[in-house]
Formats: sequence, C-alpha cells, structure tokens
Amino acid sequence: MGHGVSPGEAFRRHSAEALASLIRLVGDFDLAEEGLQEAFAAAAVAWPKDPPANPRAWLIAVGRRKALDQLRRRIAFRSRRETLRVEAEIARQAAPEEADEAAAAFGDDDMLRLIFTCCHPALSLEARVALTLRTVCQLPTAAVARAFLVAEETMAQRLVRAKAKIRAAGIPYRTPAPDQLDERIDGVLAVAYLVFTEAYAGDPGRSLADEAIGLARRLDALLPGRGAIQGLLALMLLHEARRPARWDGAGDIVLLEDQDRALWRRDLIAEGLALVEPALRAATPPSPYAVQAAIAALHDEARTAADTDWRQIVALYAVLMRLSPSPVVELNHAAALAMVDGPATALQRIEALAARGALAGYDVLPAVRADLLRRLGRADDARAAYEAALALARHDPERRFFRRRLAELDRTACAGDG
Amino acid sequence: MQYMLLIYSAEGDDDAQPGDIMAEYGAFTQGIVQSGAFKGADRLKPVADATTVRVRGGKTLTTDGPFAETREQLGGYYLVEAKDLDEATAIAAKVPTAKYGSIEVRPVWAMG
Repeated sequence: MGHGVSPGEAFRRHSAEALASLIRLVGDFDLAEEGLQEAFAAAAVAWPKDPPANPRAWLIAVGRRKALDQLRRRIAFRSRRETLRVEAEIARQAAPEEADEAAAAFGDDDMLRLIFTCCHPALSLEARVALTLRTVCQLPTAAVARAFLVAEETMAQRLVRAKAKIRAAGIPYRTPAPDQLDERIDGVLAVAYLVFTEAYAGDPGRSLADEAIGLARRLDALLPGRGAIQGLLALMLLHEARRPARWDGAGDIVLLEDQDRALWRRDLIAEGLALVEPALRAATPPSPYAVQAAIAALHDEARTAADTDWRQIVALYAVLMRLSPSPVVELNHAAALAMVDGPATALQRIEALAARGALAGYDVLPAVRADLLRRLGRADDARAAYEAALALARHDPERRFFRRRLAELDRTACAGDG
Repeated sequence: MQYMLLIYSAEGDDDAQPGDIMAEYGAFTQGIVQSGAFKGADRLKPVADATTVRVRGGKTLTTDGPFAETREQLGGYYLVEAKDLDEATAIAAKVPTAKYGSIEVRPVWAMG
C-alpha cells in the first residue's frame, strides 16, 4: 500500500503515529518533533524515486537517526558533565537497525502513550488541550491558537511550557496502570469534550469537532468496550449530525426546534445510535456521557420537534443529576422540564439556580431564562435577560442570535400586544 | 533538636541579586557542613513544575501547580526516590494528610 504515497499524504496519515513512536525512542518531545520534520524533508527527496514499502516505519527509522544527529550537534554547546550524559544517551539509543521494525510495530501502544501523556492531570487543562491538538491531532500551532482565540505566540509559549513540565516533573511516557486507567481515561475525555464544545459554540466552519471525534474514535479503537469512551463518542456524533441544520446561509444559529431535520446526517446518527446501548450497558451505574448520549439520541430520533419525547428526556436528566450533579445539568433539566410542565415551573427552578450564583458568567443561564420569560409573555423581563446573555456571550453567532431575539421583542412591543 | 530552614523568595529574584548567589550558597553550605549542623539540603525546581495531590472520597485528585489553600500551612515533608511523576504522586496519595490537606510534589534539581 506504500507505493505511490506522496510525502504530503503520508504526513497526514502517519505523522502522529510516527511522532508517538519517536518520542518513546528518543525520550523527548522536541527532539522527536525535530527528527520527524527532518525525516519528512528527506522523504520529499527520496520517495518520488524510491517509495518505501512501509512509510511509517521509514519515517520512524529516519526520524530517529535525524534526532540522534541533532543530539550529537547539541554536544558542542554542553559542559563536560552534560556531554558525558548526552553521549551515554546516544549510546543507549543507537540501537541496531533491526530494532526499527520492532519499533514500527508498536504503533498502537505508542499512540496511547502519547494521548495519556498529553492529557496527564499534572498539566493544566488548557495545556492538555493545546498539546493534544498539536501532537495527537497534528494541528499547526496557528490553528490551535485561532481555535482558542489567543495569539499564536501565546499558544506557542503554552506548548513550550507544557513540554518543559513533562521533562522537568518527570511525567512518564506510559499507559497508566490498570488501577489508574479509568481516572486517566476521564482526563482524556475531558480534553476531547472541551475541544468539541468549543467547536460547537463557535463558527460553522470549524474542523475542531472532527478532531475531537477523531480522538474519541481512536481511543475507542485502542481501548474497546469502555462505556465512558463509547458514550462520549456517541454524544459527539449525535450532536455533530445536526451541524448542517444548525447554521443558516448567513452563518446564524438555527435552534433545534426550527432545524430542517432532512439536513441531519443520517450516517453519523446511525453510528451514534449504535453506540448508545452498549455505552449504557458497559458499566453500572452508566457513565454520565452515555446518559447524555441517550438524551441526544431522543432528539435525533424525533421526526419533528413536536414528536420529541420530553418526558423521557426529563427522566434521563434526573438520572444525570444523580450520577454527576452540577449546575449545568440542573439548568438543562429545568429547560427540558419546561416542555413537560410548562415554562412557569421551569422558571422557578432557574430563578433558584440563579439565586445560588453557581452559574454566574455563563450566558446559557440568562438565555434559557429569557426564553421562558418570553414564552410567559413577560417581555420586559425577557429583554433584560437577553441583554444579560448578550453581555456574557463569547462567540459572534451567539451574540447575533441574542440581538435577533431582542429585535423580535421590540417588534412585538411595537405591534402593541406586549 | 533539629530545625528545618524553609527558603522563601519570589521566583526570579535569585537571578536578580548582585554578585553570585550560587557561590554564596556554596560557601554557606560548606560552613554549616564544617560546623556539623548540616543534615541535608536540596534545591527545588520552580512552582511551574509542581503537581498537587489530594485524596477525597477515596479518589486521587491530581492537579497542575501548587494550589495549597491559604489556610493550609506547611507541616512536614518527605524526600522520596521515584521512577517518575506517576510513582511520586502514587506515594503522595498515601500520605495520611492527603485525605484532608494537599501534598505538593516538587521535583528536586539533580546536583552533581
């Protein structure tokens, strides 16, 4: 299969895997990255004439030699003591050529090592997200920076800092011990979920959702049958399926109830639905992600907004409240309750939630509150709540949506029916 | 009695000192070794390399940084040899105080 593969294609297909193996072999993120970059430069010259049978193994073998050269060059700038250390390191790593093939065969294990190291809990969540997108997903630093609305220089610093901590604190390049695996998987899923929600809230053109789904798919393939992984993958697929209907031609948000369901991606819905049952059954009690996926499935299965099984959704939110109570779940529970018991009951719950101050700064709280007030005909209160949501919104599509709602309220007021 | 001398300073101030602070430390260490007072000493890596371990409800919570609460005071220390950070945090999680306080895991500079 290697014949006729251009370096560009091989890069996309193999760079993360090759990098994962190289980090294990040379024991350092930066050195592995430099080695891989030089290997790709060499591939651009060598492959058109002589394509390798196994591009990944080729990249790992050449990348390792380039990294060792790099290490040798660095000696020139070291003290005597450091030189001895680096020479010992080179001797340790200058393994015979036949080790190359064995190294290439360990691709899957290395990918897990890379994922768990990038998502290590000793790194801050933002450092984990940055490092995962840059190394596991191979996004350019500039793209990672754009996605999180920071300057490229800031993001580059964040990556340097994260790699420095891995080195200085001795974060191991290893799959966690079995007794730590569940907890550490949760850490990886938190990264994937954050990337996905960031993509969901942002512009319609973002590819971050694909990266988050790709990461979860990869994790599910490497560690099959785990409810939390299946649950999050299903949850993301079932939401992503609605993306084509979630934005109108002008890039504005279309609410779930107004979406053209014919635009929903049936392939993603089918893939997601197939995962929901096994995810719910994988563990007792089920992973909160599996329950959230079950809720998303109920929306995706409804032919029209009016067909939505809100009673079942409210019941699932009650389960979620027991499994992982949080103000956000409470807010969603209240919003679903409005569809069963009416806006007045839901509003009471949300006022109580707001009074506790738990979600101060979160634009969805005033947005849900505003919607309930609007439906109750309390236009002035609704307007104030939309203004509050507008002030807190982080993304332009949300801001435009709140402004649209405010304009609608003004029009209704002008029409004289308050 | 033994006493522990805890060295506090703003990070970066060491480099900002006039003269050679490391040479001063060398001389100070030599002095107390000769006087017989010296028991042990290490230089810690910066707080950016710190990891905090807490155990709550039987679960180990590992976080980036030295996030001790202000009402928590330094009450003791262990110096341990561990293969990597995972091994060090596993030991830290077994410190009895980890159940209600925080254990800050700071790597030590290798001195040679």
